[in-house]
Amino acid sequence: MTHLLEVEDLHVDIPVPAGELHAVRRVSFTVQPGETLCLVGESGCGKSMTALAIMNLLPQVARRSAQVLSFSRKDLLRLSEREMADIRGDRMSMIFQEPMTSLNPSYTIGNQLMEALLRHRQGSRSAARKRAVFLLEKVGISAAKSRLGQYPHQLSGGLRQRVMIAMALMCEPELIIADEPTTALDVTIQAQIFHLLKDLQREFHMAMILITHDLGIVARVADRLAVMYAGQIVETGTAQEVFASPLHPYTHGLLSCIPVPGKTKRGEFLGSIPGIVPTPIGQTRGCSFHNRCPWANLDCASGDPEIRPLSLNRGYRCHLEPEVLKKKGQAVLE
Amino acid sequence: MTGTLRPVLELVDVQRTFQVSRGMWKGKKNLYAVNGVSLGVNKGDVLGLVGESVCGKTTLARMLLGLLPPTRGQILIDGRALAGEDRRTLSRKIQPIFQDPYSSLNPRKRVGSIISLPLRVHKVGNRSRWHQEVEEMLDLVGLPRRVYHSYPGQLSGGQRQRVAVARALIMHPEVVICDEPTSSLDVSVQAQILNLLISLRKELGLTYLLISHNLAVVEHLATRVAVMYLGRIVEEAETDRLFQRPRHPYTRALLESVLTPEPGLGVPAVHLGAGFPNPLDPPAGCTFHPRCLSVKPECSEKAPPSRKDEEGMVACHLYS
Repeated sequence: MTHLLEVEDLHVDIPVPAGELHAVRRVSFTVQPGETLCLVGESGCGKSMTALAIMNLLPQVARRSAQVLSFSRKDLLRLSEREMADIRGDRMSMIFQEPMTSLNPSYTIGNQLMEALLRHRQGSRSAARKRAVFLLEKVGISAAKSRLGQYPHQLSGGLRQRVMIAMALMCEPELIIADEPTTALDVTIQAQIFHLLKDLQREFHMAMILITHDLGIVARVADRLAVMYAGQIVETGTAQEVFASPLHPYTHGLLSCIPVPGKTKRGEFLGSIPGIVPTPIGQTRGCSFHNRCPWANLDCASGDPEIRPLSLNRGYRCHLEPEVLKKKGQAVLE
Repeated sequence: MTGTLRPVLELVDVQRTFQVSRGMWKGKKNLYAVNGVSLGVNKGDVLGLVGESVCGKTTLARMLLGLLPPTRGQILIDGRALAGEDRRTLSRKIQPIFQDPYSSLNPRKRVGSIISLPLRVHKVGNRSRWHQEVEEMLDLVGLPRRVYHSYPGQLSGGQRQRVAVARALIMHPEVVICDEPTSSLDVSVQAQILNLLISLRKELGLTYLLISHNLAVVEHLATRVAVMYLGRIVEEAETDRLFQRPRHPYTRALLESVLTPEPGLGVPAVHLGAGFPNPLDPPAGCTFHPRCLSVKPECSEKAPPSRKDEEGMVACHLYS
């Protein structure tokens, strides 16, 4: 099987005055053509840094290292900035979190849309304009032709996010990385945007890495997901598997925190994860979750567990056996 | 309102307009941010207020807090008109918890001084009493007593929101306005704050007005829900009823678009045609009619009346 994207043992370190900040540690995953992988986790868990590391858009002080970082058999680690720029926006593109700040306020929508196509393909301006109108209509913007001459401030948040999506699609990329594409938007627009992304994904056979902290989105959009905690992936699996039988104690905690209609009783207490995330600065000892884990034992404080693979797509990072974790999880639910 | 229960908070036909300039020569135009809202909240209830952004939720909250006077209509707290009340008496009855604990706490003041400020303003007790009350409050909201001398910058987001809750509760208000209390927090912290709000309500018999766009949170916490669209309440009902049998087409669309954590269901198609209308130039008749699936000819002509029955309130021609 050829992976579209292969990441093995990715590390991102950022030097800060207090020492070395390990933003991403030992992260490995693959993305197949046409599938959706969700990176889930709370703020500061390294999910955005992972995305930026793939795109080589990390802040200048950050250091990236990996065993393997390849995109359709190209070694991204050895590409020059120029070669990377050829891929970025063409075969691999990104939808950023804030549509308010990621569009250039002094260029028109049309200008910004056409730029990517003109940079990567030797086409005429009129062809680029046609493509821009086509995509704006695809993402559900009415009167697309007249929008091309408008500036970002003339559009609402929902429309700007659609423009961002259209922009990411200009060159028919094989991989889209969407970093919290709907956090600032209303639920109605959020549903419309994901509906649209899913449709476009089927139509153009794109793969997508979706970064989010919203478990509702994950459940509905993801084929596979990777739960991240403190810079590491702690559990992977298909959406069905992880939601039906979570293994890692952190995933258990996360799932118990959200009210699910029909399952959680109104006005009853939700589950919670006590304690706080350990500092990512300096060396850590033991499992990064052990200080908050309800089932931690002595082993957990000394040795950092490896990912235990259960099947091709399923794995978790914990010392305990899967049967033990399942039993403990059941007991919590009852 | 049912039975002998008097609503602790009552709004009668409240309206708020803003004058918006449309350019140099065009003059000003009225923007109806809140347009004829009537609501009642009984003691101990949690009223969830939901709707898309720019529907007027926050303007409503600001009027309740006395930060903005209504252009028309009356707000009654405990049966007394808010307009005539002095700010101090008002602030003893109603207190806010804001969305962003990073900007709602003064970064230059210590936690103890932030929480005790209302006591000092109202000249309740003396210095040692303040200290004691703040410490009791810290216990109540689940913060360690040592944060008394910390600055907000030294606390995490969840801890800050607890400080905001403590500050709101120190004067023992009857009504707490929670404007998106958890939307800037992580999932696990959100659960902690929601649990805190639930237990405080039970312990102190508080009444909440919960403004949120997170419908799962509203469903979990609220006893009644009001749905707002372009400055009007389009439906109001008991939570179970509203989530199981929504009547207004807008409520239905809103509930359909929620992505609940149930894998395998896929992303729902939302049947909301055109985009959100310009609030400066709202559509004639029922303001929802351009986006409505069950639109009838009369919808574009006259605004639907609010109909009240045993199931709640709904403003739609389908039910009139």
